[in-house]
Amino acid sequence: MTTNGENSREDEIKADKDIDRQTESEQVQEKQQQVHKVSIRNLEAWFGSKQALKNINLDVEQKTATSVIGPSGCGKTTLIKCLNRMHEMTPGAKAKGQVIIDGMDIYARNIDPVIIKRRIGMVFQKPNPFPTMSIYDNVVAGLKLNGIRDKRLMDEIVKDSLEGAALWDEVKNELGKPGMGLSGGQQQRLCIARALAMQPEVLLMDEPTSALDPVASSKIEDLVHDLKKRYTVIIVTHNMQQAARVSDHTAFMYLGELIEYSPTKKMFENPEKELTERYISGKFG
Amino acid sequence: MLRSRGVNLQEGPRTNYKERLQDIMLRRSSRRRLVDKVVSISAIFSVILAVILLGSILIEVVINGARALSINFLTQPPGAIGSGLGGIGPAIEGTLIVVGLASAIGAPVGVLAGIYLSEFAGNGIFPSSVRFFSDVLVGLPSIVIGIVAYISLVLTLGSFSVWAGALALSIIMIPIVVRVTEETLKVVPNSMKEAGHSLGIPKRTIILHIVLKSAKSGVITGIILAISRIAGETAPLIMTILGTDLFFTSLTGPVDALPLRIWRLVSQPYQYAHDFGWGAALILILMVLGMSLGLRLLAHRRGFKIGTIAA
Amino acid sequence: MSSFFLQGKRRGDKIFYIVTIGAAAYTLLMLALIVYTVGDGSQKIFSFEGIKFFTGTNWNSVEGRESFGALPYIIGTLISAGIAVAIGVPISLGIAIFLSEMASSKISTPLSFVIELLAAVPSIIYGLWALFVFRFWILNLIEMPLYNAFGKSIPFFGVTPFGLDWFTAGIVLGIMIIPIVSSICREVMRAVPNTQREAAYSLGATRWETVRIAIFPYAKSGILGAAMLGLGRAIGETMLVTLIIGNAIGAAAIPTSLFSPSQTLSSLIANEFNEASSDLHLSALIGLGAVLLIITMVINIAARLLVSRMVKVSAGVKE
Repeated sequence: MTTNGENSREDEIKADKDIDRQTESEQVQEKQQQVHKVSIRNLEAWFGSKQALKNINLDVEQKTATSVIGPSGCGKTTLIKCLNRMHEMTPGAKAKGQVIIDGMDIYARNIDPVIIKRRIGMVFQKPNPFPTMSIYDNVVAGLKLNGIRDKRLMDEIVKDSLEGAALWDEVKNELGKPGMGLSGGQQQRLCIARALAMQPEVLLMDEPTSALDPVASSKIEDLVHDLKKRYTVIIVTHNMQQAARVSDHTAFMYLGELIEYSPTKKMFENPEKELTERYISGKFG
Repeated sequence: MLRSRGVNLQEGPRTNYKERLQDIMLRRSSRRRLVDKVVSISAIFSVILAVILLGSILIEVVINGARALSINFLTQPPGAIGSGLGGIGPAIEGTLIVVGLASAIGAPVGVLAGIYLSEFAGNGIFPSSVRFFSDVLVGLPSIVIGIVAYISLVLTLGSFSVWAGALALSIIMIPIVVRVTEETLKVVPNSMKEAGHSLGIPKRTIILHIVLKSAKSGVITGIILAISRIAGETAPLIMTILGTDLFFTSLTGPVDALPLRIWRLVSQPYQYAHDFGWGAALILILMVLGMSLGLRLLAHRRGFKIGTIAA
Repeated sequence: MSSFFLQGKRRGDKIFYIVTIGAAAYTLLMLALIVYTVGDGSQKIFSFEGIKFFTGTNWNSVEGRESFGALPYIIGTLISAGIAVAIGVPISLGIAIFLSEMASSKISTPLSFVIELLAAVPSIIYGLWALFVFRFWILNLIEMPLYNAFGKSIPFFGVTPFGLDWFTAGIVLGIMIIPIVSSICREVMRAVPNTQREAAYSLGATRWETVRIAIFPYAKSGILGAAMLGLGRAIGETMLVTLIIGNAIGAAAIPTSLFSPSQTLSSLIANEFNEASSDLHLSALIGLGAVLLIITMVINIAARLLVSRMVKVSAGVKE
């Protein structure tokens, strides 16, 4: 972690140089650094000796949805797993650089990676409710870990979280049933509710619809529209139409590098880089 | 259940829990980190404890056992009790004979029964009960199996014998081989068998030459595991082969075996006998661990080869 | 020609089929033989002693004064196996947690390999080590300090310890089951899908909390099966026990102190079988075998039913 002393000063200098090269409009954004919910600086990640991310710099604004697209193996899942320090849980994996959330570098030395995960929710490719728990217990699993036993409070949070995940109406009468009894799409929304119950500020979604049928997928997409009103959503997807439908900004990655990052509309109508254009028009991927 | 889990639907005044909650989550974390540390340290402590204890066994056997080793020790029959002379020749010979004979009975029966379960049987009452009771048989104390071999062979034939020992050990061996064989054969892809059928090859040939061949290493693993298990069995041998100071004479007479010899040696009040016991233990452990070590290295190398071919 | 060939093929297949089904039947036959032989052989003692065989504490094989009560050995078997499980299973779980959840593969692969290898060490070697090495560790590190501190005031510590007692036997049995139980637990825990770990970690669970809420519920039946296997091994183990339990006979084998010598069902069979003085004595020893058979079969079958029911429940949930 290059955050302290000499190193961090070097980083700042490097970052300054990067800014010089950026376009004018981005410089305006840079000045308003404080409004960025998530700022990624010089992020690099490895699996063993294989580099998965190369010098990623990216800013995400509050209460927006940002898509990360790119061909498989491009590092998009690794990128969002670095945003809540989940990447390091893989044996042999490591990450370096800065990820600043609400002005706090989550890779700073005094930060407990466990606490970071409580403030940043995550939803995975395959729905993964806890198989032995009821719907209710799945939602409050994270709260119980924190020692919350107040029944009234938990009831309230369960209702709010399930409503937030657009699942409340479907399950309100069977909260005691096992979470595994739900359909795939419902399970995924249950996992979203489980993440929301932790009151996160940022919600990371790693291809949340890849294991779902089209109807269930479109429900999740609708949900993302609602979620971004209250949370900062970062969503990895292999589906470009989905990125176009749900997100405000889109990042295109290729071979571990961030190729282009711009407003979604611009990205799909008038991409800056030729590589992006070729990917979006389906020439490779 | 539902009621107790149900959410109170009455619209009360809404608490603003969000900040309170984030606060709780950060405040409680030191206690949780402590619990996590305690558990992690206990886990590491368990490993260290096990390494010390199990390591001590191996080290003591090697150090004490090496002192007893000599050509005479390995080849001579035991001397008179208290003399400090002789060796464990008959025990080594006896173990090889009894275990060899038990394997000659147990391995084919186990493999054939495994073939039946995997290739012919469905989930009917007979195959299901074979599976279930094989598992029960694995869990039975070996001394009970010894009693059975004693009554059915030693009493009827009128003498302790190699046959009785081999029968007892084969009963211990069979269920292990059956289950491993069945599990291994089931993994062989159906397309292989179908290819054989489409060529009009008889089913027995398909099973013996195609299925069994491709599952060979798994089946051998099961057999060797079972052999290393029975090579160390002592209890059933007391009541079947009895143990003797003499070399092997006939299959219908008593014979010695390493585990049995260790037991008899350590029960004597002489230091040299205890040293001999360690020596015999070293030979036994070398036989058993050598077998499973060799097997694992083979499997490892094979797995590697297969992996590279598949890639 | 071709019809001859077909016939040969069919007949050969049929013979092969019969051979394999015969082998399968042989397996069942052996279990039947065990149950029949033990039942038949112990008939004599059951008709002689009746229910007293299970409740009596006297063990006398002298002709004319025969009396055989198995209660002390049933107790000895159950408490030494109980200690074995109480010590062996938690340590095995700790090892499994370390190997599957904590260690990098550089450490866990060789360590798992060694532990699996140790599962093949014959129990007689544990007995040898316990008799000449480990007994003195227990004696000097646990038993003597306890005896010196509480021997006068608490009767439970009031017998002079020699390290040859049910307490030592239980601990050694516990050590003996560690390799096999921890190998199985590790395998079962590694089989838990990574998505479950991710789910727990993403909620900010610590490593222990992840094990508790994501790993244990999933691996429960496998862990239970491993513990039951360990219990079965500890109950049935014979030679190791004969070397270190002190081989008490009769009412003296009922432990009154932590340091009393005792006896288990299997160790008494091993100690007396070849010196059985009469048919009745032999039948009494076979009767002990019958009790042992019943205990292990009940545990075995209960464990299997429990495990298969758990598997069914979670499978039903998945559909």
